[in-house]
Amino acid sequence: MSILLLTLFLPLAGFFVLLLLPRNSPLASPLARGIAILTAVLSWGLIAPALQSPATYTSSIDILWISSLGIHFHLGVDGISLWLVVLTTLLMVVGVWISDSLILERKKSFLALLLLFEFGLIGVFTALDLFVFYVFWEVALIPMYLMVGGWGGPRRVHAAVKFFLFTFLGSVMMLGAIIYIAAQAESFDYRQIIAGLSSGTLRFSSNEQLFLFLAFLLAFAIKIPIFPLHTWQPFAYEQAPAPATFLLAAVMSKMGTYGLVRFCMGLFPNAAHRCADWIIVLAITGIVYGACIAIVQSNIKRLIAYSSISHLGFIVLGLFTFDQRGADGAVYQMVAHGVSTGALFVLAGYLERRRGSMEIGDFGGIATVAPSLSSVFLIATLASIGLPALCNFVGEFLVLQGAANVHFWWAVYAATGVILSAIYMLWMYQRTFYGKAQGVNESLTDLTPSEWAPVLVLLVPLVWMGVYTQTFLPAISSANAQWISQSQARDEVQVKLYPALRPNGGLAPASISAALAGRVAK
Amino acid sequence: MNLWLIPILPLIGFLINGVFGKRLAKPVIDAVAIGSVAASFAYTLWALWSLYPIDAAHHESYFTWFQSGTFQVGVDFFVDRLNAVMLLVVTGVGLLIHIYAIGYMAHEGGYYRFFCYLNLFMFFMLVLVLAQNFLLMFVGWEGVGLCSYLLVGFYFQEKFATDAGNKAFIVNRIGDFGFSLGMLLLVTVFGTLDFFKMSDAAKGHPIETQAGVLTLATLLLLLGATGKSAQVPLYVWLPDAMAGPTPVSALIHAATMVTAGVYMIARSSFLFAHTPITMRVVALIGLLTAVMAASIGITQNDIKKVFAYSTVSQLGYMFLGLGVGAYSASIFHVMTHAFFKALLFLGAGSVIHALSGEQDLRHMGGLRKKLPITCWTLLAASIAISGIPPFSGFFSKDAILAAAFHHGQYGPYLYLIGVLTACVTAFYVFRAFFMAFFGEYRGHAHPHESPLVMTLPLIILAVFSVAGGFISVPKWLAPMFPLAGGDDLNLEIISAVAGALGIAAAYFFYVLRPSAAETFKNKAGAVYTLVNNKYYVDEIYNIAIVKPLLYLSRVVLWHGVDEDGIDRNLVDGAGRRARDLGGALRYLQSGSIRNYATWVLTGCLLVILIIGLAGGVR
Repeated sequence: MSILLLTLFLPLAGFFVLLLLPRNSPLASPLARGIAILTAVLSWGLIAPALQSPATYTSSIDILWISSLGIHFHLGVDGISLWLVVLTTLLMVVGVWISDSLILERKKSFLALLLLFEFGLIGVFTALDLFVFYVFWEVALIPMYLMVGGWGGPRRVHAAVKFFLFTFLGSVMMLGAIIYIAAQAESFDYRQIIAGLSSGTLRFSSNEQLFLFLAFLLAFAIKIPIFPLHTWQPFAYEQAPAPATFLLAAVMSKMGTYGLVRFCMGLFPNAAHRCADWIIVLAITGIVYGACIAIVQSNIKRLIAYSSISHLGFIVLGLFTFDQRGADGAVYQMVAHGVSTGALFVLAGYLERRRGSMEIGDFGGIATVAPSLSSVFLIATLASIGLPALCNFVGEFLVLQGAANVHFWWAVYAATGVILSAIYMLWMYQRTFYGKAQGVNESLTDLTPSEWAPVLVLLVPLVWMGVYTQTFLPAISSANAQWISQSQARDEVQVKLYPALRPNGGLAPASISAALAGRVAK
Repeated sequence: MNLWLIPILPLIGFLINGVFGKRLAKPVIDAVAIGSVAASFAYTLWALWSLYPIDAAHHESYFTWFQSGTFQVGVDFFVDRLNAVMLLVVTGVGLLIHIYAIGYMAHEGGYYRFFCYLNLFMFFMLVLVLAQNFLLMFVGWEGVGLCSYLLVGFYFQEKFATDAGNKAFIVNRIGDFGFSLGMLLLVTVFGTLDFFKMSDAAKGHPIETQAGVLTLATLLLLLGATGKSAQVPLYVWLPDAMAGPTPVSALIHAATMVTAGVYMIARSSFLFAHTPITMRVVALIGLLTAVMAASIGITQNDIKKVFAYSTVSQLGYMFLGLGVGAYSASIFHVMTHAFFKALLFLGAGSVIHALSGEQDLRHMGGLRKKLPITCWTLLAASIAISGIPPFSGFFSKDAILAAAFHHGQYGPYLYLIGVLTACVTAFYVFRAFFMAFFGEYRGHAHPHESPLVMTLPLIILAVFSVAGGFISVPKWLAPMFPLAGGDDLNLEIISAVAGALGIAAAYFFYVLRPSAAETFKNKAGAVYTLVNNKYYVDEIYNIAIVKPLLYLSRVVLWHGVDEDGIDRNLVDGAGRRARDLGGALRYLQSGSIRNYATWVLTGCLLVILIIGLAGGVR
């Protein structure tokens, strides 16, 4: 039995078992925790084969699923998806663990939804069939919608509906694009489509490419989110219960960025090239804009939410540089941001449980009463502002390097986000933890051993990814080299077919007319 | 040779005290903290001894930090003559200050936390010095900034302390923004950040008399240096950083961290040598900083603030030295400054300790008899900073000023301003000295001399402040930075006399005729107010940068664009418009066949038109 299959279906099995358990069953928590841990351990079995040949799809499964449509249940792991899967299973252990103390009502159902969410996520990160990808994409959306709407703050229903409508709008566009591609390619299989595109047996006109690319982009951009499609996000992060916020920020946003690499870059490199400048402008706007707004937030969760918009802007920027360094940094940052923002939200959850509030003004002096909590929060804060030797630095530096290689001013604009991040995080830290503890704050407690466990689980990769990147980066790098060289190779095919197309995403009007001319001639 | 041991030992001390410190007894904490730094110092001595005379750099590579495409950054350390000096200063002076801190911090809360941060600082500072590429240096660079943040805000219940910590970190971040961009630009030019590979590649690069890519890169690096080394325009954080405990001011904000910018520019001299424009900017920034900080120093009444501004001013001298190409003179001044400025701060700390926390010079006086050791050692440091031969400061400062004098057609002017500033320096340092130790005691505490654990480091540093000038750093560095020109006796006499004049003036105003100073202050009026308020630079930054940024963020971006513009109008508005559209479409459903027919016709025409525009059907 394939290890990928086990890793994927174990959480699903757990979901069903939990559903069957009676309400308030004492078994629910240990069972969910056990399944999450076992899934994480199983997912480590994917590492060795993927590191062997990171540029191909290892541990793959290919089962005919719906024969009339030629849909295969096709999954595989390459250097990019590997670490996202490992990140997901690891963070899910944390998510299940912290839910035990942070979710007080209907715990069993919440844990079941978490496992269903995990099933969806692993599927998204490994799917090699467009239809299967879409199914997992929606599978991941539904439990999150229910978690936000069912367990969150006072305005949770509004937040959940907004979140759902936004992301669903994107998904529908993507579904349309998937069906269109499959109709042309007569296959849903990702690798067959890529092969067809490379050999020239499958060809989309420039306009078709552009529209398909934009349909995918919309789905991913909302999920990430890219400015200006982000307004669902701070609201959802604020209203969602702590474990859900944690997962929204740490892993769900990576569904979007992963989709960008796998599908936008993989299938439509030319369109991506053509739009790159515009998307980079949006990414940089997001970096600065998110950071500026984070400065003036009075709620910790909203502040981290806006800071996420800023950090995710770096990832998008890196990918659209089409530069090895930029892409490596972007994918590295996907994992690193999951760890560092994850740690921040876990600790924010602890604070919220103690104080019943996330307003910065309600805190102050926590460093005196809860020194351990304050220390680890500081470490997470420092990671988030990109202190070297902690996880975020390498990714951000490589992204900026990629940007500088293409256009130095992009790096200049984006790097202002690094100054701003120090401002908003340190101000928040000062007001929350420093000063004298007064009133209720005087009786707040420090971390308990059971709270320490998930924190340690996050601290290890937080430091490891900053100090010793050789564990992670080479696989990412060679998988990236793959799609970057493919995109360049396909540019050359295009150039041969349509001489007016310039290799580095030439000007749109000329290439459109040239493309049309090519069509007519054929 | 295992150079990695040098930084790792303090890191181990940090980890032990950081994890278990709460449960450890004070002597154990001391043993771990001081022991680790002492071991690091001992190993440094041994390593340099066995590498002596270090004619060629000694390299060590450990592992690849990260690699992407052809761009690789390794964790590589090395030692050459330049960073050998830095290593000795950092570990040696660092060790003395650690020992001193045992006495100074004995009655403070958070004892283990203090030593923990101090050890962490040593780790990062040593990484900074040993690093063989810019990015690894940057690890140390940001790391010492972090420790500075933690130690400035050590008394974290006090808002002024954490404000100062934030200011230090954020202002340094602006500098680091420049440093990072400089590195990014250098990678696009050279493809590497390794000092040695880059220096080889730079040899083929022409000298940029017109601003070019290297000029931009070096200017960006310079921005980083002005942040860390507290130069104009980013010096504003250093005076506030005095909110930290005094040993921190001595170690981080006087002897070691703030000289990192000087070291970084000297280390990348192979780049700066190609960019005469940047060099001019370096010299001007240095001179401006020296003059400005010295003038503010005259008016300060907090003993630590006086020394803080003198640090900024002395760092200005070092930048002036760098700017005129006298790298070795600047590094020489880094070393002597580490001795006498650490001593000034530790002496000030001893006074503050004796007066139970009093820092205001106006509440001191007559301490000469109560604190004899502190008094005499501080006197040695004050003479050294005033540049009186044969004390250490004279040699290094003179080397910088002489190099400035011989530098191009404007050299004599640089020299003149430098000498005047030296005179002012002597004046305000001795002003503080006389106010503290002469006259009658004006406070209410019960002064007592500090314990041996504090006075011993004072005495050792005093010895080096007196005699350190005879350690000829420029000669030691001559293979890397050729000696420029010979000694000029006239210049030496002029600068020594300037120092002596400053001391004499201070003696006149603060010992012989204390009332004269008051009269003078009143006469100066507006000028005095301007200088006393530090030229209102903080206020100007606040109005020009902080307030607009907050306004932009809160009113324009958050409430304006995000909440109103995007969310309310576009997103929720889209929902509303969908409903309105539905409402509008109801009118189409009129039930009149003729209307329907019109719509069908319009639709057909539209379809035909669109197909036509798109180039026809396949």
